Amino acid sequence: MALDSNGKRVFKVVGTRPARPDGVDKVTGRALYGADVSAPGMLVGRILRSPHAHARIVSIDTSAAEAMQGVKAVITSRDFAVVEDASTRDVQVNCMADGKALYDGHAVAAVAATSAAVAKAALKAIKVIYEVLPHVTDVDAAMKAGSPVVQASRAVENVPKGFSENVTHHCEFGHGDVAAGFAKADKIVSRSFKTAATHQGYIEPHACLASMTSDGKADLWCCTQGQFNVRSLCASIMGMEASQLRVTASEIGGGFGGKTTVFIEPVALALSKKAGRPVKVVMTRDEVFKATGPTVSTSIDVKIGMTKDGRITAAEAHMRYSGGAFPCGTVDMGAMAGFAAYDLPAVRTYGWNALTNRPKEAAYRAPGAPQAIYAVESVVDELCQVLKLDPLDVRLLNAARKGTQSSYGPVFDDIGLVATLEAAKAHPHYHAPLGAGQARGLSCGFWFNFGGNTCVSLNVNTDGTVGVTEGNPDIGGSRASISLMAAEELGIPYDRIRTIIADTASLGHNDVTDGSRVTFSVGLATIKAAQDAIRKMCGRAAKIWGIDEEAVEWIDGAAVPAGPNAGKFPPMSLAEIAAVSFQTGGPIAGHHEFNADGAGVSFGVHLVDLEVDKETGATKILRYTVFQDAGKAVHPAYVEGQMQGGAVQGIGWALNEEYIYGADGRLQNAGFLDYRVPVASDLPMIDTVILEIPNPGHPYGVRGVGETPIVPPLAAISNGVSRATGVRMSELPMSPPRVLKAIMARG
Amino acid sequence: MSNIHVTTSINGDPVEFVCAPDEPLLDVLRNRLGLTGVKEGCGTGDCGACSVLVDGRLVCSCLVLGVEAEGAEISTVEGMAEAETLHPLQQAFIDHAALQCGVCTPGILVAAKALLAKNPDPTDEEVRFWLAGNLCRCTGYDKIVRAVQDAAAQMRSA
Repeated sequence: MALDSNGKRVFKVVGTRPARPDGVDKVTGRALYGADVSAPGMLVGRILRSPHAHARIVSIDTSAAEAMQGVKAVITSRDFAVVEDASTRDVQVNCMADGKALYDGHAVAAVAATSAAVAKAALKAIKVIYEVLPHVTDVDAAMKAGSPVVQASRAVENVPKGFSENVTHHCEFGHGDVAAGFAKADKIVSRSFKTAATHQGYIEPHACLASMTSDGKADLWCCTQGQFNVRSLCASIMGMEASQLRVTASEIGGGFGGKTTVFIEPVALALSKKAGRPVKVVMTRDEVFKATGPTVSTSIDVKIGMTKDGRITAAEAHMRYSGGAFPCGTVDMGAMAGFAAYDLPAVRTYGWNALTNRPKEAAYRAPGAPQAIYAVESVVDELCQVLKLDPLDVRLLNAARKGTQSSYGPVFDDIGLVATLEAAKAHPHYHAPLGAGQARGLSCGFWFNFGGNTCVSLNVNTDGTVGVTEGNPDIGGSRASISLMAAEELGIPYDRIRTIIADTASLGHNDVTDGSRVTFSVGLATIKAAQDAIRKMCGRAAKIWGIDEEAVEWIDGAAVPAGPNAGKFPPMSLAEIAAVSFQTGGPIAGHHEFNADGAGVSFGVHLVDLEVDKETGATKILRYTVFQDAGKAVHPAYVEGQMQGGAVQGIGWALNEEYIYGADGRLQNAGFLDYRVPVASDLPMIDTVILEIPNPGHPYGVRGVGETPIVPPLAAISNGVSRATGVRMSELPMSPPRVLKAIMARG
Repeated sequence: MSNIHVTTSINGDPVEFVCAPDEPLLDVLRNRLGLTGVKEGCGTGDCGACSVLVDGRLVCSCLVLGVEAEGAEISTVEGMAEAETLHPLQQAFIDHAALQCGVCTPGILVAAKALLAKNPDPTDEEVRFWLAGNLCRCTGYDKIVRAVQDAAAQMRSA
């Protein structure tokens, strides 16, 4: 059901597909990304990294490097402020090791020099003496008593006896009598799964340009998903006041959650402070893999009971996640999301996080959810196979709907899962015949979607155009969506709006671009800022007409008298009101700032046809269709783009991508040659079906679409591969050697 | 190691520069000549973001030395549009929403231009295999393939 068809609202521009405002800049090479700006007198910053997975730093001798010609600053952890807040301190220590190197690639020192060649030579001249310590990179090993302890004194208080001090987090969700539910089941399947850590794999490495002056003021240009968060973290780590640090977000070359924190920014600031000159730091791809956030690695047990006609009677999961060398709460989202697609009488999930000698986890598209839902959807599929039931029918039978108490607590309002499943069932893809050796897999997916702190200004220019100032970096076309919503609300054409992303000194705080929050929250703030400007424009018209403000309303981009009693005046358009604004009270602007609530959850269903080469274990994706409830699709082309891009990241995760560690705890595949993301020739077209079940929490029904599409591919492909090979797969990625091994073991 | 003087042509304009003997063409273009439309994604020839044409041949500029530009004709994304008129590939990428973050776009446009110069009427599969050296992490390639095919059709009928 499209929003347009339910009589609530007929859209004029929302739902169209205009050219994005930054399109020409980006196809001509003019758009400026993190590494694309320079400053007079700029130095090159480079970072020295630990070659060991776990080592005590006995000493760092920087004297030889400091004495080199062209070296202007050398820093270590001593050059940063003392931070009290534990989570900010973790970020600081991740940017620069303090006493111990916690993973292969952990920063230990940095230099600023007049050229890249000098900087490189200076890194070699820094003498670090390490005492190598035992390490652990596997989550299950890290949880066991006797494991090497990554960081002491970080254990959660309620860690049961027999577990390692590495266990830093525990959570539990659910409702109902699980034991009684399992007793009612005709068939129970229990299975354990493992998923490898994967990297967001944005094509643009982290890059920044920092300029700090001797009076303590600083400017920072960087590629980030959230300039306000960068300011807050860097100000704390540098011991500065937030007002003295202005952060400008560059164009961003992909993030997917990985650019929601800082890695090199405090380092560049500290180098600039010490050298007294601007410093640019750009990561190499090797550094991106080794030292920026991959997703969690996981080990998950799932148990589900089902009646022979397909009703789930009880479900339980134990999820062990590792977010690397620092405490991490991402398992919460896995434990909450795992069974979200189902209306269950009894469900319980238990989550754990353990420290390992791996880089600090950073968010990656629906953080925590793909792994959990992969395990759950695999067991649901296995039950369907064993009980000879149609996997879509079983999901429809058990689907969460309005009024369902979700597996993580809240009762769902209007949600689109059933509509999405029905769309998949009715689609030709589900009924297309499969060739010999081919199989079809499917999976549901879910994401909460976020709201959060948001601030928007909307300026009405005297020529009848409008500038929207928002504070969230545009990571996939959001300036177009925000402009569309402003145009819709104001009643003016899309091309009269220009939306820009403000620096931290020019607008109030905005949370980072994450959790599929921007189109929802910034869109809502833009609509409300437009309404604020409309109120003011109606006031100006009332003043001109000499009637009460309440007697003016806004229709189709113009102020009009509200009904015959208000008086008879021709409509005054936005442009006409703006043109005389200096004579009627001055410039006109609308503002809105709030902590957005009312984000609507989103569900998706993916169908995949595939075949497995029995000789090599390689899987070929033949056909792929994404069904997703987007709420109102503001710019459908970019909604499809999110669905396609998320699906393909999930395909990479399912089939090839993984962090591979050697016995020495070193990362063995820190490059795009060996960490293989999907390339064009791996894939078919990714078909999309957008469902538009309005989110009651947004005036246009917007939900947010970016996260959900990475969730279903893992299980959809695993279910397809399991059906194609006749072996139930339980580990990701299903790389050719792993699949071949499973086929050989089957015999 | 002293720098070497190089005389070359970039996007049809005569250009001179000096660079270190071991300096990649990518660094020359970005850091010495200000052509930051050429992107660095890996520096090891795996991602294609730094794709340029050297005498019509598609290369990763991170794997070519600056000194190899001597006497050559280099084409980058900055030279694709003619004044105000975008190249049909550039326009098609905007029309088809074939970019999200846009950082791989310059390399893909240059690569696609090289493909269409060789093969004006490629199949989808030929487009996909030609672009297999250009990583895009945002789009899943669907809209990129469609944009290239649309531009190819326009260029054939022009």
